Order: sequence, then C-alpha cells, then structure tokens
Amino acid sequence: MIKNINVALIGNPNTGKTSVFNALTGLNQKVGNYPGITVEKKQGICRLDRVTKARILDLPGTYSLNASSMDESVVVELLLNKNNPDFPDVVVVVADVENLKRNLLLFTQIKDLEIPSVLVINMSDQMQRKGIKIDLEKLEKKLNTKVVLISTRQNSGVDQLKQILVDYRSIPSTLILDPTNIDQDYFESLGKAFPNQSLYKLWLVITQDINFTKLERQKVPDTAQFKTQPQSYLKKLQQRETIKRYQTINQILKETYRVNLDETTDLRSKLDNLLIHKFWGYVVFFLILLTIFQAIFDWSSVPMDFIDSSFARLGEWTKAQMPAGILTDLIVEGVISGLGGIVIFIPQIAFLFLFISILEETGYMSRVVFLMDRSLRKFGLSGKSVVPLISGTACAIPAVMATRNIENWKERLITILVVPFTTCSARLPVYMILISLVIPNERLLGISYQGLTLMGLYLIGFLMAIVSASILNRLLQSTNKSYFVVEMPNYKLPLLKNVAFTVWEKTRSFVVEAGKIILAISILLWFMASFGPGKKFSNAEQIVAHQYFNQVLSDSELENKIASFRLENSYIGILGKTIEPMILPLGYDWKIGIALISSFAAREVFVGTLATIYSVGSDAQETIKSRMDGEIRKDGTRLFNLSTGISLMLFYAFAMQCMSTLAIVKKETNSWKWPSIQLFSMTIIAYIVSLLAYQLLK
Amino acid sequence: MFPLDQLALGQRAIIKSIKTDFLPLKLIEMGCLPGNEISLLYLAPFQDPMYLKIDEAHLAIRKEVARYIMVKPLKDD
Repeated sequence: MIKNINVALIGNPNTGKTSVFNALTGLNQKVGNYPGITVEKKQGICRLDRVTKARILDLPGTYSLNASSMDESVVVELLLNKNNPDFPDVVVVVADVENLKRNLLLFTQIKDLEIPSVLVINMSDQMQRKGIKIDLEKLEKKLNTKVVLISTRQNSGVDQLKQILVDYRSIPSTLILDPTNIDQDYFESLGKAFPNQSLYKLWLVITQDINFTKLERQKVPDTAQFKTQPQSYLKKLQQRETIKRYQTINQILKETYRVNLDETTDLRSKLDNLLIHKFWGYVVFFLILLTIFQAIFDWSSVPMDFIDSSFARLGEWTKAQMPAGILTDLIVEGVISGLGGIVIFIPQIAFLFLFISILEETGYMSRVVFLMDRSLRKFGLSGKSVVPLISGTACAIPAVMATRNIENWKERLITILVVPFTTCSARLPVYMILISLVIPNERLLGISYQGLTLMGLYLIGFLMAIVSASILNRLLQSTNKSYFVVEMPNYKLPLLKNVAFTVWEKTRSFVVEAGKIILAISILLWFMASFGPGKKFSNAEQIVAHQYFNQVLSDSELENKIASFRLENSYIGILGKTIEPMILPLGYDWKIGIALISSFAAREVFVGTLATIYSVGSDAQETIKSRMDGEIRKDGTRLFNLSTGISLMLFYAFAMQCMSTLAIVKKETNSWKWPSIQLFSMTIIAYIVSLLAYQLLK
Repeated sequence: MFPLDQLALGQRAIIKSIKTDFLPLKLIEMGCLPGNEISLLYLAPFQDPMYLKIDEAHLAIRKEVARYIMVKPLKDD
C-alpha cells in the first residue's frame, strides 16, 4: 500500500524555494491556476521512500502570513482551511541561509498554527564564503523541529529532507509564541468566545483582510465575527506580534547563528556601483533591452519562418490526404491555420521569458525597478511596471500577468490599462506588410525609411502608454498608500534548471491559454467566411460564370473570382459591408473592414484575412503584397496608398484589437469594467487618430 | 533624531521610532523595527527611492514612506 501525504513548500521570495521544489519533483510537476484567480499553482509528485508518495505544492513566495497581495493570500487561505484537499500534512519552510532571521518570522507563524513544520536552510554552499556558522542541534531544540541544510547547487540535503518528511508525525507541533504574549486581554477574551480553537488561527482569520482587501477572493469559511476592536487596533496588534516574534527569534539566533563579517565578499557593492549608477546603470539597462529586442525580432525569425512553412506544408498535406469537403476545409483553414497562428509565437515568447527569468534569477530585475521607479512614478506607474512594459513588446498577456507584484492597486491598474499600447509582436506582421506597401524602399543618409517607420511605430506605442498613464493618474482616485517595498537580493548565477522550467512553463501556458481563444475564433471566422445567407452565396458559381460569360479566364482565375464573390456574400462579408460607411472616412473599404473585424481575435489575423479576401489562396507574402498593391478604389486610385497605409498602421497601434488581452484583464481585475473601458477608449483613440491621419494626408 | 528620508548617503543610524499607522506591515516584517541598525547604501537617480540596509536585509523604499521612520545617526560617522 502506497501512502500519500500532502507537503506544502512555503518561503520568502528569493530563497530558492523553486530550486528545492525542482530538486524534489524533477519533471513530475504540473502548473495550473488557483480557481478564479490567476495565481500560479505548482504541484509535483515526489517518491519519498518505497511506501510513501508526497504531493508537493509549491506555494507563492510570502514574507509572512499577514497577506498583502493576492499571491500571499493564497498561502494564508490554504493554511487556515483544513477542509481544503491541498491542506498540508507537513509544511516545509524554505529559508535562505543569509536571511535566516527574516525567514524565521514566517516559520514561527506557520509553526504556531500547529501544523508540523520542517525548516530547510537553503543555499548552504554559501555558508563558508559568507562566514556563517549555525549550531544545528541547538537550533532544532530551540525551534522544536527538524532543520535540514540543503544546497540545490551541490545537490546535498535533499535525501535527508525526504527522510524527515516520511517521519513527519514525529515532528512536535508546539507553539513558539504564545498569542497571549501579544495582548493578554484581547486573546483571553478571544479564547473565551471560541473555546477549543487555536488562538493563533482565530487571530489570522480575523485579521486576514486588514492588509489586503482590494481584490475579491474566496474568504475562509467559518470566520468568526470577532471584530470587537477597530481596524487600527488590530493593525497595531499585528505590528506588536511582529515585534514580539523578532524578539524571540533574535534570542534564538543569538545562541545558534554566527556571522563573521570579515569573510564576506563585496560582490554586491561592486555590481551595484555599476548597475545602479546614475549613468552607467541606464547604459547597461539599455544594452540589455537591445539584446532582448534583438532576440525577439531577429533571432526568433529563423524558427518562426520554419514554423510558418511547416504549418503551410501540413495544411497542404492534410488537404491532399483527405477527401475534399467541408470537414477538410474546417481542419485545414480553421484548425491548422489557427494552430499555426499560435505556435508561431512560441520562439518570441520563449526568448522573452528566457531573458526575464535570467534577469530575475540573478537579482538584476530589482535593480531596474530601483533605477526606474522615480521616473515612472511621475506617470502613475511604478518601478515594478518595467517588467510588464518590456514583456508587452512580445505579448500583452504575460505582461498583464506580470503586474501582479505591484502592491499599489492604482499603479497596478494603470500598468494593466496602458500595457496594450506597447507594440506587441502580433502587430509586426501587420506593420511589415503595410510598410512594404506604402513606404518607399529608399534610404536617407544610409537610414532606410521603412526601418524608421517601424521604429516610429514602436515609439508612438510607448509614448501613448506613457501619456495615457499620466491621464489615468489624474483621473483615478486612490485611497491606499503606496506600499513600495522592494527587496534587493544578492546577486546569484542563474540556475539553468530553474530558467529552463520557467521558459517551458510560461510558453506552455501561453500556448494553452491564448491558444484556446485564438483557435476558437479562427474556427468561428472560418465558419462565417464559408457560409452565407441567401441565394447569392449558394449560387456563387453560376452567378460568377454568368458574369464572365464572354471573357476568357483560366480555371484558377475563375476559381479566385468565385471565392471572392462568395466571401463578399458570406456572413462576414455582409458584416464588412455593414461597417463600411463607418470606416470609409478612415480610407478603408469593406474588405479591410472584414480584416478589422476578424483581427479582433488577434491582430496578426489581419494579413491572413486579406489573403483570403483577395483570393490569393496562399499565404506567401509577395503574392498578397502584389495583390494588395493592385487593389483600386472606385475612382481608380490605389487603395493602399500612403494615407490609407498610415491610417491603418495607426489604427493597429492604438486599437485594442485583441480578445485574449481583454480576457486576461478581466481575469486580473476581476471585473468587466476595466476591459470594457480599455476596449472603448482605445478604439475611440484609434479611430480619431486614423481619421485625422487619413484626412490630413489624403 | 530626524526622519529617515534625511539620512545622508553612506550614513549609519539606529531606528528610534516608527509611525506605525503609516508604515506597511511588510516593512516591519522585513526588519524595520526600533533598535535595528539602518544605513543608506544608494540613492536612485533623482534622489528617490532609497536603497537601505536594515539589520541584515537589503531593501528599497520610497522617501514618502521613509518620512515615517525616525532615526538617530551613529556617532562614529
């Protein structure tokens, strides 16, 4: 019989908790979300010995059980709810050897919930270099638990931890701080009101909303309505608790922990002198950004081209293998091309997360936050908005998710609202084809006009983000104080395994999450373009044949004519015709209208839709391009002239043409209010700017 | 004794008192407690935020929060 136990990994951020998780579970892990919120839920299986299997839950990093963010409140909610199927049989608190004191604060809180808790002191390989000595035996006695030294770099201590987890029942669950020491009267009356319950647990249930209420979340059931004291009093008690805990911890560490400062190295100050220097700091940051952009837009083009052509071949192959008919069309034009539209972004997303996870693992990201905070704050953003803004150049979805560690609600909201203005990679195919159509391929002093235009579009997107941030900053009211506290961790070499896991996980979840929506929309689009009401659609062949009755057309020419006639009379064609009067002043015709509607699913769909509309039947850019180039208006002038081209590019720069972003904003803000505001205001801005551009350039 | 936002670069001090109503609990949890030593390691460009060493923790906070922490400089500086 195999015995299953639940193990929860809890620890401060930057303690290498994830390395411990990876060391325990290896590839036996899966990542999902907690229901209703977008906090990552990481779980894995670890075989402890022949008869014991542990389900290991890697909880979000937290400094204490007084939650002040959504990530942290996940931890508290789990520990307070015995009925939760994930409720741990034993908790492993991961501490970093250099910040033991601060890490013990969390440990003592968890221990006082009377859940068996093991203390893991991670990065023990650093002890000698940092001159740290720990009296383990005494520490175990003082904390009344098991303490394990682990080094994931040297792969030591993991087996010992497994052994301890097997015998978790032998870990005593005694209190470290008696709650009545915090405030005797308060806790005694609490005990009288709720006899036979853990006082400390009651206390956490009562105070769980004090530091974090901004977002709706599941509350722990059976909460006692024991708020006989005002909020400010409870807050004071929380602070007193923290102070008391530190007194206890200091006492314990005085006898067990020793640092010889002479032996410490000054890598931190050497690197800090450069990386947050008021001139060189920006230079380094700029160079890093340049490398990231180079990777996203240049290096990833090779695998992207490969993916593009592979999917095209897969489509052709499928078409050849299957009998012609509606099912084949659905699979080839709906499913395969839809999947291709998702998979093509994998290289860029992977590169982005490779860099972001390296920057976070090394500790550099906190320095950027520090460097940029003051300048970004002027616009209502935070230093912590840097990561979302960088991520936004690949895709707004991970960018919106990356806003989670901005503590201040207003700054976080503004970041979420303006991030879609940054030029994401889905805009690139649109820009590329329009630029090559309307901007002359000439150079001024060796600089290409086309390149300048692309750069201009990036700058416009970024400027718009900043401008709208400062407008929102004035409009939005904020009652809560700024809680900007950033830990400046030690510099570390990134662990390859952790980086690889992050890249894999983020890419996978992007493909799955965004993929579902993009796939659904492309199938819907296919349906709307393949069917239409009335006789015009169903009798397309006869009507077209009749029209060109006395002209000599090759078979393929005729087929193209039929396809475009069908499209015109399909559901989506009718939709395009309906909105034509609205978009005519912007310089667009009904065909562009269709592309606008369909690319609402994702911007890059624009090019594919035009390919279908202009009855090219192939995705080869040159053919689409030459076809678009030959498109003329009723008055005989070119449709894609400079004014229409610029107007379209500006429209795509500003409009919220992305379903998936709206969905993720809804998820992160927990209301339809913000995504709706985003959708309407961005579309209106885009409309006005494009209108002005077209009318002025016409 | 003066508020922390007036501490000079490189100066060391002892935290004397904190205005608990205005400070986030997180800061206290990270070691910002009366009696602990504090020093200002770096100032970001435009003089804000402050990069501090509090007890054994390294962290950055904004000056608007630092105002609520009263410190007394150490004599040997």
